[in-house]
Amino acid sequence: MSDISQSGPVLAADGTPLKRSLSRALRMQKMRALLLIAPLLLFILLTFILPVADMLYRSVDNRIVQDVLPRTVQALESWDPASNQLPEEAAFAALAADLKEAAEAKTHTKVAKRLNYENPGIASVFRKSGRKVKKWDIDADGPFRERLIELNKGWGDVELWKTIKTYSGIRTTGYFLNAVDMQLGADGAEMRPENERIYNTMLIRTMRMSLIITFSCILLGYPVAWLLANLPSSKANLLMILVLLPFWTSLLVRTSAWKILLQQQGVINDTLVWIGLVDDTNRLVLINNELGTIIAMTHILLPFMILPMYSVMQTINPTYMRAAKSMGATDWTAFWRVYFPQSVPGIGAGSILVFILAVGYYITPALVGGTKGTFISNLIAYHISTSGNWGLGAALGAILLAVVLVLYWVYDKIVGIDNVKLG
Amino acid sequence: MADASNVDAFVEFERVQKSYDGENLVVKDLNLTMPKGEFLTMLGPSGSGKTTCLMMLAGFETATHGDIRLDGTSINNIPPHKRGIGMVFQNYALFPHMTIAENLSFPLEVRKMGKSEREEKVKRALDMVEMGAFGGRRPSQLSGGQQQRIALARALVFEPELVLMDEPLGALDKQLREKMQFEITHLAHRLGITVVYVTHDQTEALTMSDRVAVFDDGRIQQIAPPDQLYESPENSFVAQFIGENNTLEGTVKEINNGIALVQLDDGELIDCKPVNVSRPGERTRVSIRPERVEYNKDRLQEGVHTLKAEVLEFIYMGDIFRTRLRVAGNDEFIIKTRNAPDQVRLQPGQQIEIGWLPEDCRALDA
Repeated sequence: MSDISQSGPVLAADGTPLKRSLSRALRMQKMRALLLIAPLLLFILLTFILPVADMLYRSVDNRIVQDVLPRTVQALESWDPASNQLPEEAAFAALAADLKEAAEAKTHTKVAKRLNYENPGIASVFRKSGRKVKKWDIDADGPFRERLIELNKGWGDVELWKTIKTYSGIRTTGYFLNAVDMQLGADGAEMRPENERIYNTMLIRTMRMSLIITFSCILLGYPVAWLLANLPSSKANLLMILVLLPFWTSLLVRTSAWKILLQQQGVINDTLVWIGLVDDTNRLVLINNELGTIIAMTHILLPFMILPMYSVMQTINPTYMRAAKSMGATDWTAFWRVYFPQSVPGIGAGSILVFILAVGYYITPALVGGTKGTFISNLIAYHISTSGNWGLGAALGAILLAVVLVLYWVYDKIVGIDNVKLG
Repeated sequence: MADASNVDAFVEFERVQKSYDGENLVVKDLNLTMPKGEFLTMLGPSGSGKTTCLMMLAGFETATHGDIRLDGTSINNIPPHKRGIGMVFQNYALFPHMTIAENLSFPLEVRKMGKSEREEKVKRALDMVEMGAFGGRRPSQLSGGQQQRIALARALVFEPELVLMDEPLGALDKQLREKMQFEITHLAHRLGITVVYVTHDQTEALTMSDRVAVFDDGRIQQIAPPDQLYESPENSFVAQFIGENNTLEGTVKEINNGIALVQLDDGELIDCKPVNVSRPGERTRVSIRPERVEYNKDRLQEGVHTLKAEVLEFIYMGDIFRTRLRVAGNDEFIIKTRNAPDQVRLQPGQQIEIGWLPEDCRALDA
């Protein structure tokens, strides 16, 4: 026994340190395990992690200005925008040279588009000038200051030059500032004018409506989950099929069905008018607003709430309720003090699932939300596929991701992720 | 039995029936009267209706027919939380999200008891089961035996007069179970509470109870103190169910002076005590306890009928010897003898003669 208590690493029978010989023994096993998950890992890396990383990078990427206008960026370094004076001739000459080169390579429209996000109107100045500048001889045709302003008086605007200088770095916070309704002004970041703010409103609306949807799901789903867990199995199976039925129907079909039900000439309004509860001239507006989105999304996300709650409730032994009653608790006290606290992990799991799904929902708000009931994801989709401002779309997506992660962290602090049970 | 005017009766079942599906009766015509302070065990195989009876008494099942009275008042329509009956469950049902002290405090809280009074009662109840130091723990941090004690304390903390226990020791190992059997009986007698205890373990029933009600097929087959139940079973189910038992089948030849002469199926004659037989010609099942069989000729009474037996197997069990014999065509005839210095050890193949006192051999229903 005494040789084991000696100082230093424990040795295996052949004299090598025990840790090394253990890791050698486990290496084969680890390699085999890694090999088994390698295809999936590769797939996820290529189709999910890399694109997400690329999108996140796009939200700060600003290399285009440096790449297309290298001389201009350099020439503007010595210019003080606060002076409110146009830059020197050197900057104009550099711009003319850059523009000629860019027009030949047809990249001037790209930089025009980029700068146009920050200062609408720049794009046309670049595009119109590009065609002409292409024919200039940079070495002979100077000075360019007057020629350029003559060509397009946009070049005589100090704001244009300020924009180029502000956004000349290879990284930018511009997209993120844009995404929270701010801009880079002379004194750094500032709020946009009241009438141009849109993204904060959308973000807050998305959060608020997702919360409402989550709570509606809890309220509607809890009794169903309870029934599922407590009915005899034959009836519970039937109920389970009813809960799962929506899963077997296309999301698009379900959303379209809600359109038919909710519209002003739709089934619900017709029925209410027929019963006499609602006046024919005064039909309820149930769609193309927040209410429509909430109704349709609550229905669509309900199974994601019911299933985790059900799987947790199934593990709650009915004798707990009996024990509580035998000790003198009324039905309500027994439920509230004994059953409900034990079902909280299920509510937590369902809520996280529903909330995260809701925050990123796209199809349903797009179809039944109108203008009042759309989500931030609809704006992201707009920037990715219609406006082409990928940087802003990426910034909005990154903010959404951050908000979800923060909420997840808060939930972990309050309820504890260990308490979440999905089965 | 089921007389409502019975002043001693604390718990009464009168003609109680229970059916779950409307086709089969789980409890058929149950009549039972318990005085205050009695420790009564309901014993029976699973599906015999004993747990259903307990649940009807607790109020979790309603009787299909009949009357259940507690202290003279009918409780058929009183919901469980108003019955004031303590209950210990098979899986203990300690609330996992509360500490031990909170668990014990729960029945007092729902009774709107003040905080200081609650704390004092919880402490006293914990001390009573010697778990005073565990108030701050969670049920999952306790061993099975400790959880059992807490469940007991929780059922007693609000001082009910009647406590129901549904196989409370089923999940414990043998040694702990025996220890807890003693603790529960001592506690019940010390506090003077009335206990209805359900189990399928006959040893538990015999060692703990004042009276045992043996259930089978939805009826009480016999209700008696443990010694009577063991020594004087009233029918062959009770004889079979309680303790080890040898059975021989035959026909009653004659009944004289309280002794029945039974002819076994292989023609041999034995003397029995008639219990469920009244006239010659009836089929009967004769029951003899293994420890009441005598094979030492010197100790056999003069003039009793003896049977020839062949030793098939001899098992040494330490304090006793267990010998398997072939008697009257029955290969499973067991005798038990004490390991005394003068005791003869039988050898397989040996031919012996066995006999017994006529009152130990009971002629029961066929």
